[in-house]
Amino acid sequence: MLRYTLLRVLGAIPTLLLVVVLAFLMVHAAPGGPFDDERVLPVDVAANIQAAYHLDEPLPAQFARYLSGLLHGDLGPSYRYRDYTVAELIRSGFPLSLRLGVLAMALALLVGISSGIVAALRQGSMLDRMVMFFAVTGISIPVFVVAPLLVLLFAVNLQWLPAGWSGASGAAKYILPVITLALPQIAYIARLTRASMIDVLGTDFIRTARAQGLGTKVIIRVHAFKPAIMPVLSYLGPAIAAILTGSVVVEEVFGIPGLGQFFVRGALNRDYTLVLGIVIFYATLIIALNLAVDLLYGVIDPRVRQR
Amino acid sequence: MKTSAGLLLLILLLAIVGPWLSPNEYQATNFDAILQAPGTAGMHWFGTDDLGRDLFVRTLLGIRITLLVAVVASLVSLIIGVSYGAIAGYVGGRVDAVMMRFVDTLYALPFIFFVILLMVAFERNFLLIFVAIGAINWLDMARIVRGQTLSLREREFVDAARLTGVSSMRIIFRHIAPNLLGIVAVYVTLTIPQAILVESFLSFLGLGVQEPQTSLGALVDAGVNQMEGAAWMLLIPAALLALILLSFNFLGDALRDFFDARQSQ
Amino acid sequence: MSLLEVKHLNIRYNDVAVVNGVSFKVSRGESVGIVGESGSGKSQTALSLLGLLPGNAKLTGSIIFDGEELANKSNKKLDRVRGRRIGIVFQDPMQALNPYLRIGQQLRLVLLQHELANNKDADAKVIAMLQRVGLPDPERQFRAYPHELSGGMRQRVMIASALICEPDLLIADEPTTALDVTVQAQILDLLEELRDDTALLLITHDLGIVAGRCERLLVLEAGKLIESGATTSVFSSPENPHTRKLLAAALRTDRGEIQEPNNGKTVLGVEGASVSFRNAAKDQLVAVADVSLSLRKGETLAIVGESGSGKSSLVRALLGLIPMRAGRAVYAGEALEGPVQSRAASQRRDLQLVFQDPVSALNPSLRVSAIVGEPLLVHQAKLSRAGRSERVIAILKKVGLDESYLRRYPHQLSGGQAQRVAIARALILEPKILICDEAVNALDGTVRQQVLELLKNVQRESGLSIIFISHDLAVVRSISHRVAVMYLGRLVEIADTAKLFSKPSHPYTKALLDASPVPDPRVAPVRAPLRGETPSPLTPPSGCAFHPRCAFAANICVEKKPALRDADGSRVACHRVDEIDLRISMPGVKTTASPGR
Repeated sequence: MLRYTLLRVLGAIPTLLLVVVLAFLMVHAAPGGPFDDERVLPVDVAANIQAAYHLDEPLPAQFARYLSGLLHGDLGPSYRYRDYTVAELIRSGFPLSLRLGVLAMALALLVGISSGIVAALRQGSMLDRMVMFFAVTGISIPVFVVAPLLVLLFAVNLQWLPAGWSGASGAAKYILPVITLALPQIAYIARLTRASMIDVLGTDFIRTARAQGLGTKVIIRVHAFKPAIMPVLSYLGPAIAAILTGSVVVEEVFGIPGLGQFFVRGALNRDYTLVLGIVIFYATLIIALNLAVDLLYGVIDPRVRQR
Repeated sequence: MKTSAGLLLLILLLAIVGPWLSPNEYQATNFDAILQAPGTAGMHWFGTDDLGRDLFVRTLLGIRITLLVAVVASLVSLIIGVSYGAIAGYVGGRVDAVMMRFVDTLYALPFIFFVILLMVAFERNFLLIFVAIGAINWLDMARIVRGQTLSLREREFVDAARLTGVSSMRIIFRHIAPNLLGIVAVYVTLTIPQAILVESFLSFLGLGVQEPQTSLGALVDAGVNQMEGAAWMLLIPAALLALILLSFNFLGDALRDFFDARQSQ
Repeated sequence: MSLLEVKHLNIRYNDVAVVNGVSFKVSRGESVGIVGESGSGKSQTALSLLGLLPGNAKLTGSIIFDGEELANKSNKKLDRVRGRRIGIVFQDPMQALNPYLRIGQQLRLVLLQHELANNKDADAKVIAMLQRVGLPDPERQFRAYPHELSGGMRQRVMIASALICEPDLLIADEPTTALDVTVQAQILDLLEELRDDTALLLITHDLGIVAGRCERLLVLEAGKLIESGATTSVFSSPENPHTRKLLAAALRTDRGEIQEPNNGKTVLGVEGASVSFRNAAKDQLVAVADVSLSLRKGETLAIVGESGSGKSSLVRALLGLIPMRAGRAVYAGEALEGPVQSRAASQRRDLQLVFQDPVSALNPSLRVSAIVGEPLLVHQAKLSRAGRSERVIAILKKVGLDESYLRRYPHQLSGGQAQRVAIARALILEPKILICDEAVNALDGTVRQQVLELLKNVQRESGLSIIFISHDLAVVRSISHRVAVMYLGRLVEIADTAKLFSKPSHPYTKALLDASPVPDPRVAPVRAPLRGETPSPLTPPSGCAFHPRCAFAANICVEKKPALRDADGSRVACHRVDEIDLRISMPGVKTTASPGR
């Protein structure tokens, strides 16, 4: 297990480095600098700006400067929010995004896994078909379609829930964003759990357990649950990435001042350092969470543990 | 399966010939008919937007572009994914290990953010959307093809062919490729909706297709801004987008069940 | 009153009846065998008794167990009988135990479920049961996961779980089919030893297993009960023609026609062949070590051994499918070396292989005509389409298939037909050497018999030399001229068939023979001649690899590897071959408390 952990942790380092190099190159290989599209500046002012952002240095030097900053948690200044550093912006936006993401993930796991199991146990029933139809629908319909539709229905027409973020108070304002964010994941996890539970229920060892007279509850809880959620576990990584992606849309639609909104604004304003910083931050987060999932895999499956 | 396939064909047909059915132009603005609700007035069957542009034509154009991006992107991912996966699976051993390690590494990356970065850096180049989306989606295809190739290669009929001296080329094309077809067909069908999702996501954020061109994602984005007064601007493109995605997913699932059943025979 | 009474049992899937009007009884303490070939409905019958059929199965008829109707009853009701009153042991212990749960936990659950123990004493009871089924160090194994145990040990755990509630009836569904023959004997002994007055319903395709161990027999064919009666009378005077066919096809190790030795000239020589692999953890695994043998023209040389003996690796290396690490092989005066792709066309034509599993060996997307004709495309490219088709038809005819098979796909063939197609593909180039790797292993007895006859006929007509790999000594006896016995990658004995079967010289050969069940109730059932299981090739024992399981092992066996030498008409690798007398049976071996691997 120690060897396994160590290998996994070491394996994540080159991935991280790749992320930084790729992201950095993408931004710096782009034609034109960040200030190109602004009004024509006097030559000396342009040069001053270039120097202030170290854009006059050769690329490797810029990269080295960036990397060493990165190691100290410094992602450089923002091009557009001139009084803030990228790190400050991330610190201000991330907690809210994190809260939304965690709530959505928890909801997705809870609802997804339980409805998947119920559907698997009643395979072919009306209930099963409904769950599956909902699942395909949930996977098919993008967040940016669901979000405005929910707002239209619950906030604009029925006026049950607040449509926006600012001005709204209490927990109510979380409901729509979290549900929107969780819906596609609920759908995917339900489908995954159902398929895998059906597979597991068809295995010989479940037949053995049934032949031993263990009731359905014990069989599901003790024998089938662990193997059945393994695919869900390996989906956690992509799910986290999907929730991060979704949060960009959700924050935009609901006007939530989270990291996603900074990201979209940054992208639209061509705020290079901010976008670069957030991409690297997101990537690091996802890689770290993937690593955690990998290790969790080892905890649950005794065969993996022994490697 | 037939319903989904039929529906998709119908939508495709409409997207191709549809714009000729209407007298309106997609980019023509008409400030006398702003935010007109769907109806027959001025032949604006889907109504007009805040610039008075005809939404019927714009929606069909949006479908056209959405499908075009998705199909081209899927082809890109098909070509990269199948060749990459087939090589890794067939050669096996260390080459396979290295190639798949690379795929795993890419898997861990939040690709969509890279695409956005790319869009920012390269000024929303339309061609880039194809490439970027294809570059995301080939990973799944590569994994699946590789797994299938690997298991086919281990099958004894491949050994039997090698023993009689059948060439590698012939083994690949006669013994392995035909047995991959089914699964590749399934995954192409499932890749198309994913590509549509990515494209419309980018367009929704304003990072994809640029005005006056449009796509379903861009139309939904415009609809969100007007949804309190002109719900049709949101509902029509949203419904069509959902319908297309649903149809592809249902079709893909049905195809998968079909091939699974055939394989287990 | 009978313990179990099954009346007019019918099982249907959609519109296909897999069990059709089967009725039988089992009394308390009785042992009853259900035999039949694949598709006879024997396993379906067994599963139906506990209500374990899949959801789409339709069951009619009645299953009365101890006065209580079980057919089509709710899970809740059945759960009081399952495991508590009726225990069941399945075929594949690898699949039948939950890989995510510790062994002890899996057994504990059964006891707690049926309220035969409480949280406090459950562990002790489980450990005692593990001890009874012969698990060494049961306290430790209690905490082990199934993948940490050998196949035989896993099956012991399975038996423990079936018997831990002391049921009235034990159903064993092909309990030893996935195991090596020496381990099979141990497991069968264990079942008999432990069951006391529990009735036994033993389901198997192997007549040898039931012959000595069941009082009564039920013979199923195509879902129907075609014969039933006392074991001795079914064997001695079968009434149904199909039963007679089954009995005739049951090969035995102690009698039957033997091929006369053949003194053709050598066509293939192997010297000092070694094969090794590295596993995922980069450990060196020696699969074949220093094997030398020769094959004569027109001869069938059998290579026998249990799993891990290296027999398949040896021939794969000969064929160039895997690399040979050391040693050399010579065919027709020229070395067989390098991977198969780089070998001369004549070598690729003259050496052909028939695989164990015909389903995997035939490309599912090609028709029979394309499968069988493909070698011609490579080796006789000039042949016209018509000429090729003529050759394909001719060879199919030779293996007993007519033209109507040409356009079929593999999934439209039965197992026997598929194996014939595979043989046709191997023979179409008129090879000089045919290697059969467990080629009849997956076939039913009657079909197996036909395929063996087919191979013998081809050999008689064309002077083909055959290397026949098998773990089944009865099959080997019926087809081979000479037999080589392998154990853990090494050759331990090689001799003419008659000599090997009548007077084995190596203790391992003798044990293999003793462990092979004889389909004859008049022959006393075998008692496990060996303890333990074949050790892992990753950690082979010192000296003679067989010494930890050998009753005759002395110090020298631990210290020094024996070389092959002539002894009494055999070539044998045993230090003590001159001192020991194998005609008396091996000193008795208790089946319990034997070390795992």
